[in-house]
Amino acid sequence: MAEVTLRKINKKFDANHVVKDVDLEIRDKEFMVFVGPSGCGKTTTLRMIAGLEAITSGEIRIGSTVVNEVPPMDRDIAMVFQNYALYPHMSVASNLAFGLKMRKFEKSEIAQRINRAAAILGIENLLERKPRQLSGGQRQRVALGRAIVRDPAVFLFDEPLSNLDAKLRVQMRVELKKLHERLAVTSVYVTHDQVEAMTLGDRVVVMKDGLVQQVGEPLELYNQPANRFVAGFIGSPAMNFADVTLNDAGGRAVAEAPGLKIVLPGELAARARAKMNGADTKATLGIRPEDIHIASAADSSDHCLEAEVEVVEQLGSEILLDTRVGQALVVASIDPNVRVRTHDKLKLALNPERLHLFDPQTEMAI
Amino acid sequence: MIEGALWRKWVFYNIPLILFVFVLLFPFYWMIITTFRPDGELYRPWNAANYMPFWTNNPTIEHIQYLFEETNFGRWMMNTMFIATVSTLISLFCGVLAGYALARLNFPYAGSLGTVIFITYLVPQTLLFIPLAQIIRNFELGDTPWSLILTYPTFLIPFCTWLMMGYFKAIPKELEECARIDGASRWKAMVYIIIPVAVPGILSSGIIAFTLSWNEFIYALVFLSSPDQKTVPVGVTSELIRGDVFFWGPLMAGALLGSIPVAIVYSFFVEHYVSGLTGSVKG
Repeated sequence: MAEVTLRKINKKFDANHVVKDVDLEIRDKEFMVFVGPSGCGKTTTLRMIAGLEAITSGEIRIGSTVVNEVPPMDRDIAMVFQNYALYPHMSVASNLAFGLKMRKFEKSEIAQRINRAAAILGIENLLERKPRQLSGGQRQRVALGRAIVRDPAVFLFDEPLSNLDAKLRVQMRVELKKLHERLAVTSVYVTHDQVEAMTLGDRVVVMKDGLVQQVGEPLELYNQPANRFVAGFIGSPAMNFADVTLNDAGGRAVAEAPGLKIVLPGELAARARAKMNGADTKATLGIRPEDIHIASAADSSDHCLEAEVEVVEQLGSEILLDTRVGQALVVASIDPNVRVRTHDKLKLALNPERLHLFDPQTEMAI
Repeated sequence: MIEGALWRKWVFYNIPLILFVFVLLFPFYWMIITTFRPDGELYRPWNAANYMPFWTNNPTIEHIQYLFEETNFGRWMMNTMFIATVSTLISLFCGVLAGYALARLNFPYAGSLGTVIFITYLVPQTLLFIPLAQIIRNFELGDTPWSLILTYPTFLIPFCTWLMMGYFKAIPKELEECARIDGASRWKAMVYIIIPVAVPGILSSGIIAFTLSWNEFIYALVFLSSPDQKTVPVGVTSELIRGDVFFWGPLMAGALLGSIPVAIVYSFFVEHYVSGLTGSVKG
């Protein structure tokens, strides 16, 4: 049993306030991913959980113990670093054994654990090699192995896949997921890659400028982003945003911008209405590229817009259209079999259930 | 490599290289040839008919014999070896610990302390020997090997500290952090992880420190006086230059034999030495 609890965690490096009032409950056996742009405080938060950085204020618990003053070695954690941090002068087997030797395990126990971890990761034939004789993927496995043999209460991962090439990264991502299912150990994983966050995380924490923006399951972040930052950060290609004004047109709530007039559907309209104060309330309209398609006869003109194609990106599984709507740039992801050319004029339809509205000042979702 | 015409390659690459190698190696050649040349040839006037400065047809070991039979050369070698080894070990021990502390422990004023240590290295020995002479006299260490073993670290420790600090800084911090999460205390992380990884750097500073103390002249000249206490550089120059008479053969033989231990040390560790200076740590 090891849940990790952060209460009002703050970190200041001199005048630099890098982590601000982070409150978080990481449940037992949960895979929690911290994601955000570089400098958002996610790695610092992880290092504070590890005990490698002192916390300026707040409280960290692992299980039921407050670990604020507990040194890293006594926190019962294992960490995998971005650059693997394998001990270069030791063989793979000694790398795996080091943590156990430091903790004075029996020789037979050490051998048994190394064999088990090596079997899990498929590195049995590498045990006698030195780290410099290994490929990037193999080093990554050894680094994972070094964490596994310890059998800790919490795994910490600091961007472990970012030094691998794209193909290997996808492969290791799958393996990490399998590994977590097999070992079922509480894990905290830091990444700047939202795809890793979405695919690996049971829950995801989105951070920016030291503040937690939203905590939730991947689909929750995707479907109900709490603010404009989360909406733009999660999902690829990124969500489209347009500055609009909200108006009441004959009893229906309408979002308007030059070249754009969208009638808001039921629930969103109600929320928009609550926000409206008189005519021309400013707001930001958001829609994901995958929620836009080329309009057909079945689509009501209430959520259609006229667009001119600027760039066509054929990806095989889909086509990304960079289009201009009035002054706004809108990216749409459409069926790959449609024939579209640059400068074509199209009628695009939005999926009204998938529209998002944000307050332009606070950037919070409406 | 230089691309293009052959003459270019010769003018800009081969000829400068040959000149450079010649300038570097000629003194050694001169030292060797003088060692094995009989006195009759050494003091032959330059305009004599059979004057032949760069070669000898009658090699002799009389100078080497003279060195061992008529002077305390063997004793000097032992003295120098003992003093250089002990002062190098002391300096390495202090330098590794101090370098580690300056590179890794974030204590207040670590940066300025590093600079101050470096500045002490810049104080010329030709000034420093005056106060040191007083200290040596007060401790009554004059004319013993300890006068040098305790004074050489005054310039060796700053040197080793500075070199090791740079080397430790080049070792990824994560190695140590990982060791500490793995259950090692800071001390154990240093002993089991950081120092083994820093071996090339430690060897480099050890070799240079050994060479510096092997060749040191001023302190040895000032602090040692009896012939059987002297080191090679001082012994050779004080016993084989009498007034304005230079005993060239034994002098060069002393220089040749005196440089052999250093050459052996260098060749033994040359691979580590190079990787130490280029600071290559592979993860």
